[in-house]
Amino acid sequence: MPRDNSIKKVLVIGSGPIVIGQAAEFDYAGTQACRSLKEENLEVVLLNSNPATIMTDKDIADKVYIEPLTVEVVEQLIQKEHPDSILPTLGGQAGLNLAMELEESGFLRENHVRLIGTTSETIKKAEDRLEFKATMEKIGEPVAASLVVESVEDGLAFANQIGYPVVLRPAYTLGGSGGGIAHNSQQLVEILENGLRLSRVGQVLVERCIAGWKEIEYEVMRDSNGNCITVCNMENIDPVGVHTGDSIVVAPSQTLGDKEYQMLRTSALNIISELNITGGCNVQYALHPDSFEYCVIEVNPRVSRSSALASKATGYPIAKVAAKIALGYTLDEIKNAITHKTYASFEPMLDYCVVKIPRLPFDKFISAKRTLTTQMKATGEVMSICDNFEGALMKAIRSLEQHVDCLLSYDFSHLSMEELEEQLVIVDDMRMWRIAEALRRGMDYDKIYAVTRIDKWFIDKFARIVEMEQALQTQELTPELLAEAKRMEFPDSVIGRLTGKQEHEIHDLRHANGIVAAYKMVDTCAAEFAAQTPYYYSVFGSENEVEETRERKKVLVLGSGPIRIGQGIEFDFCSVHCTWAFSREGYETIIVNNNPETVSTDFDIADKLYFEPLTPEDVESIVDIEKPDGAVVQFGGQTAIKLTESLMKMGVPILGTSAENVDKAEDRELFDKILEECRIPRPTGGTVFTAEEAKEVANRLGYPVLVRPSYVLGGQGMQIAINDHDIDEFIGIINRIAQDHPILVDKYLKGKEIEVDAVCDGEDILIPGIMEHIERAGIHSGDSISVYPAQSLTKAAKEKIAEYTRRLARSLHVIGLINIQFIVCGEEDVYVIEVNPRSSRTVPYISKVTGIPIVPLATKVIIGSKIRELGYTPGLQKEAEYFAIKMPVFSFEKIRGADISLGPEMKSTGECLGIARTFDEALYKAFIGAGIRLPKFKNMIISVREDDKEEIVEIGRRFEKIGYRIFATAGTAEALRNGGVKAIPVRKIEQESPNLLDLILGHEIDLIIDTPAQGADHSRDGFVIRRNAIETGVNVLTALDTAQALITSLENTDIRKLTLVDIATV
Amino acid sequence: MPFLCIGMRKKLLRADFLVYRQLNMAQEGTGEQMKAFLILEDGTVFTGSSIGSTRDMVSEIVFNTSMTGYLEVLTDPSYAGQAVVMTYPLIGNYGITPDMESVKAWPDGYIVRELSRMPSNFRCEGTIQAFLEAQDIPGIAGIDTRALTKILREKGTMNGMITTNEAYRMEEILPRLKAYKVGDVVSRVTCTEKKVLQGEGKKVALLDLGAKDNIARSLHRRGCEVTIYPADTKAEEIIASKPDGIMLSNGPGDPAACVSIIEELKKLYRTEIPIFAICLGHQLMALASGASTHKLKYGHRGGNHPVKDLRTGRVYISSQNHGYVVDTENLDTSVAVPAFVNVNDGTNEGLEYVGKNIFTVQFHPEACPGPQDSAYLFDRFMEMMGGAE
Repeated sequence: MPRDNSIKKVLVIGSGPIVIGQAAEFDYAGTQACRSLKEENLEVVLLNSNPATIMTDKDIADKVYIEPLTVEVVEQLIQKEHPDSILPTLGGQAGLNLAMELEESGFLRENHVRLIGTTSETIKKAEDRLEFKATMEKIGEPVAASLVVESVEDGLAFANQIGYPVVLRPAYTLGGSGGGIAHNSQQLVEILENGLRLSRVGQVLVERCIAGWKEIEYEVMRDSNGNCITVCNMENIDPVGVHTGDSIVVAPSQTLGDKEYQMLRTSALNIISELNITGGCNVQYALHPDSFEYCVIEVNPRVSRSSALASKATGYPIAKVAAKIALGYTLDEIKNAITHKTYASFEPMLDYCVVKIPRLPFDKFISAKRTLTTQMKATGEVMSICDNFEGALMKAIRSLEQHVDCLLSYDFSHLSMEELEEQLVIVDDMRMWRIAEALRRGMDYDKIYAVTRIDKWFIDKFARIVEMEQALQTQELTPELLAEAKRMEFPDSVIGRLTGKQEHEIHDLRHANGIVAAYKMVDTCAAEFAAQTPYYYSVFGSENEVEETRERKKVLVLGSGPIRIGQGIEFDFCSVHCTWAFSREGYETIIVNNNPETVSTDFDIADKLYFEPLTPEDVESIVDIEKPDGAVVQFGGQTAIKLTESLMKMGVPILGTSAENVDKAEDRELFDKILEECRIPRPTGGTVFTAEEAKEVANRLGYPVLVRPSYVLGGQGMQIAINDHDIDEFIGIINRIAQDHPILVDKYLKGKEIEVDAVCDGEDILIPGIMEHIERAGIHSGDSISVYPAQSLTKAAKEKIAEYTRRLARSLHVIGLINIQFIVCGEEDVYVIEVNPRSSRTVPYISKVTGIPIVPLATKVIIGSKIRELGYTPGLQKEAEYFAIKMPVFSFEKIRGADISLGPEMKSTGECLGIARTFDEALYKAFIGAGIRLPKFKNMIISVREDDKEEIVEIGRRFEKIGYRIFATAGTAEALRNGGVKAIPVRKIEQESPNLLDLILGHEIDLIIDTPAQGADHSRDGFVIRRNAIETGVNVLTALDTAQALITSLENTDIRKLTLVDIATV
Repeated sequence: MPFLCIGMRKKLLRADFLVYRQLNMAQEGTGEQMKAFLILEDGTVFTGSSIGSTRDMVSEIVFNTSMTGYLEVLTDPSYAGQAVVMTYPLIGNYGITPDMESVKAWPDGYIVRELSRMPSNFRCEGTIQAFLEAQDIPGIAGIDTRALTKILREKGTMNGMITTNEAYRMEEILPRLKAYKVGDVVSRVTCTEKKVLQGEGKKVALLDLGAKDNIARSLHRRGCEVTIYPADTKAEEIIASKPDGIMLSNGPGDPAACVSIIEELKKLYRTEIPIFAICLGHQLMALASGASTHKLKYGHRGGNHPVKDLRTGRVYISSQNHGYVVDTENLDTSVAVPAFVNVNDGTNEGLEYVGKNIFTVQFHPEACPGPQDSAYLFDRFMEMMGGAE
């Protein structure tokens, strides 16, 4: 069936800010889909509130709106742009829910807009628990005994009927938010209450617990002609009970026979056909390990994280094909973009094994519970490919960048056998390492299986890795043993540690014996057809099939690895734009990355893609084969920067700012010297290695001081210390995370925080704009609300900032990008607090709102162009006529036990943009985009620390004026009342009911302003208040500046009068 | 360690475990296991380790891209006269289960990247290593199966030898390889005497050209009484039994070599009995009705080939195993018209006979291994016979 020509203008809705459960995979899917639509010469209108995405580039869509994802905004947008169709299945749950609301309200019909791809009836059938269950029963597909409840009482009754444990799944939520397993009535009440509130429709499914069964997923495609195929199946190593996003996943399934494989495949095809899905769909199964019994867990009638993984695991571009199907094409009309020989109507065959490991944020949230449940906690993931399972697992482990490189990396050797046995029950991110230790002690597979329910095939594979460790420790390192260790992808460093040799000795021994990595192609067809898309993975002991290319200059672009707090999708944006820019300049481009969720690892972004860990050894193997003319490291975040030194040792020229100068910015003494030369002031400070030294420096400077490790992104480990005790605690934490670099201690200045990104060509600089943070210094820049153009700076201060930027960039010989953070105290006292000679988190944002393509410019400069030749006047550019506000977005509700108070360590997972002609409207849009929709009940709680009591009065007065009823803790209430603001005092949580906690759990509170005391001694009270608030869905602000911004926006704007800005015209 | 399954490991103590481990390390690539060589007709040699029987074997080397179903592949009689390379690198993960498609393993040789030492499945009855030994199938593991597959793809299917003799002499071997012909293999794989699967419904005569068991099972499940005839059965005998329908099975080898069977099929063609044929049966019926066949460069073997039903325009993913194909350029369309086509390469995947109640397909609606999407064709056959009773 050819394309439906009545489709001419399509609205694509993105997924909004990155939160846990909805991450970069939707940028990947959305970008691929938009490109696929543009290939068909359609006009694409894009809506997404997330400025860090590639999909919101003007070269991806014709009209780009970075506006809040709300019904009102979509309605206005439709009336402004008049699209004839909406493609709702590519923007994750957020996009799907919006499209559904508009369809249900009749708005789409009235405005002659139709949903293309999957219909609303289908979406309802798949997403509504009751309808889904009825549909499955109709076609005889088993589902676990379950009931949708709308009250706690009904839930209790049903659970009593089917027996505990039961699984609770709220309808229409992201990443299983608010779900969990309840083993008793008390747990049930707790989880159910929360789940009912989080569900868009107030429904929660109570279901028979099938924990411990094998969890299997199928990715299925279907066209309007009814043709369907499965792209791939995947098996979770962690059995049912752990959210698939938090599970270690292998593709294809390993422990299913053809009977099981085909049984579930046929079931998946039956389901997609019955639901009448046109496009992609994900079906999750629980398969009984000892029979053919299975249950359908869930169907997602849209692209998903799993479909992104399946696309990268197989080479089959699911989003692209789904977009074509939405236009009316059938699978047998769409060419396979990898082989160019076959069609989309085939099933990929793998001749390798793929392992995905989630990237969990417990290094950021030290206080959080590490337990993995049905509620997803991972911020990102890594994927690896190898021709054997052990190799794929070993590569995935070291791709995590969490100081793990083998199954010895978490040490459980201190546990007694009894303790170890007891701890095997724990389901967390370290479970695999506990199993490895159990295997090292000779624990029986059956015993391990009985506790973990991880299939013995996987346990045996862990055992093989453990056996190799032991062989390396006890046997002579013959070339045969070394070859086998390398086949299993043991890194040289680990082999060195186990054999008591140096890493370089292992390296040399390998090369002397010809044991080097070879690269195989991901071709969708197990070599049956010749493929033309060079997408490679490494293996040892096989023939290399990378074709040598020499025609053009070659550049190696190092990606940024898994998405984590502090290093997110922004760096993928930079890597992709840099690659495209090099490509336009005639270079052959090679990307190395290991993140399956990103655009950079799409098969047609670079000339060659190496899906590999980003460690020096893995990169060296690629360099040995490719012999690139240079490498760029400044776009891939800290992951790429860390490889600089190794690349230089390999003889690969670093394009752009040299490694030596990168070092100067990080090395305190060298940097101080440069600042001195440039006559730029910085807060005084010192470099230390021990707690004693730190205390000495701190006392010399006077508290409060900032303590942080050098060479990290996202302020990891950064803290404000107010006394010696804090220092002891913080240094302890920093040292727990392996730390090769010194610790910095600085005087803490409380001023305005300013940020600048600039391009420097060695002589001139170009500053697109100055960004000002709403929160004062002390809160990580990534967690601050950022305003462009800067609001409160004097002309003199701006000039000083531009001048300091110029001096620093020149003195560090920056070629490419530089990011500088300043503190401005008073009218024009400007201090430098941080310099990063590389791309930063704010690059996509500032590029989009100023219309200056910073990454392509920087890339051209790196190649040798001068800013003046590129048509720009050096210096600070003219300010835009818009206000653009970047708002951080957090995922605190997903991480039990995480402290949500903001500080120097970054905690946000994503961001959204508010752009408008006035500051107030921009701010309002940004808050709406971040999901803060007020007022609702007009009740709020205020509890501030002593220092803030003076400032809170004015804020309280303003909230009171717009109708808020203010509850406050005793001290704060007194301060408010003294200032003439009505405040109702409430008892602290340790006091008798009704107290603060009852108030929060009463569900009628809009907002809590709670500023925690500084230092390590955070009051336990505040922590409990904030956690409870987050878990009941109450907005919490922990900085007065944020509260002030919020009240300003609430005072001034009405959502129905928003003006929409097409970013493509900025 | 024959037929050792996970369940049986329970009683192994630590000391045994170490012994076991050494055994396995030895078996799997760290040194002392017996070497094996795969020598191709073009002189390429792959060195790996021996699995299964250690005797020499010469055969035609073909590759299969299925990711599951290695046991069904091993017991598919269509592989008689060939050695199979599995492109999926991890084979034997779920051991030997009761999923055999015939009484024994048929390939001359078996070529894999890695055999699992520890199968895991609730139906596992033993390891694939032990199975290969018991079935006396020589094999080789630990070679770069992808490189081998690429050679076969580029140069076409070719003959090869697996040997454990380290002192092999190329100049002696190459002429032997060139001389190898698959030859008449149908007679080797067909049953020796008539068998009946009792049923209350339609009477189907199944001509066993090397049939996979699931063909008979698929008919039997639909209520049919299935009589399985040896391949050399005379048409008259089948016609005399007054079947409601005739099923021609899959099978191995070059269809044009089956001269006498083709003669019998001509007689069946002339009757009005509904006929459904799969794979070799499809090719032989084409030859019997005047069409021709040719050998594909490297065949279709796997579970992912799209075939289009020309009657409905629907595309199905099919299970495939064939090296030959019916020519469509010189097809007499007054005799037969294409019913299915391969979406990838446009080759013929099925024929509908004009004015006849005969319908044949190149792919495998009986699956096992592979997708079950085209199982509906058995229902179509039931309709051809006048519907299920």
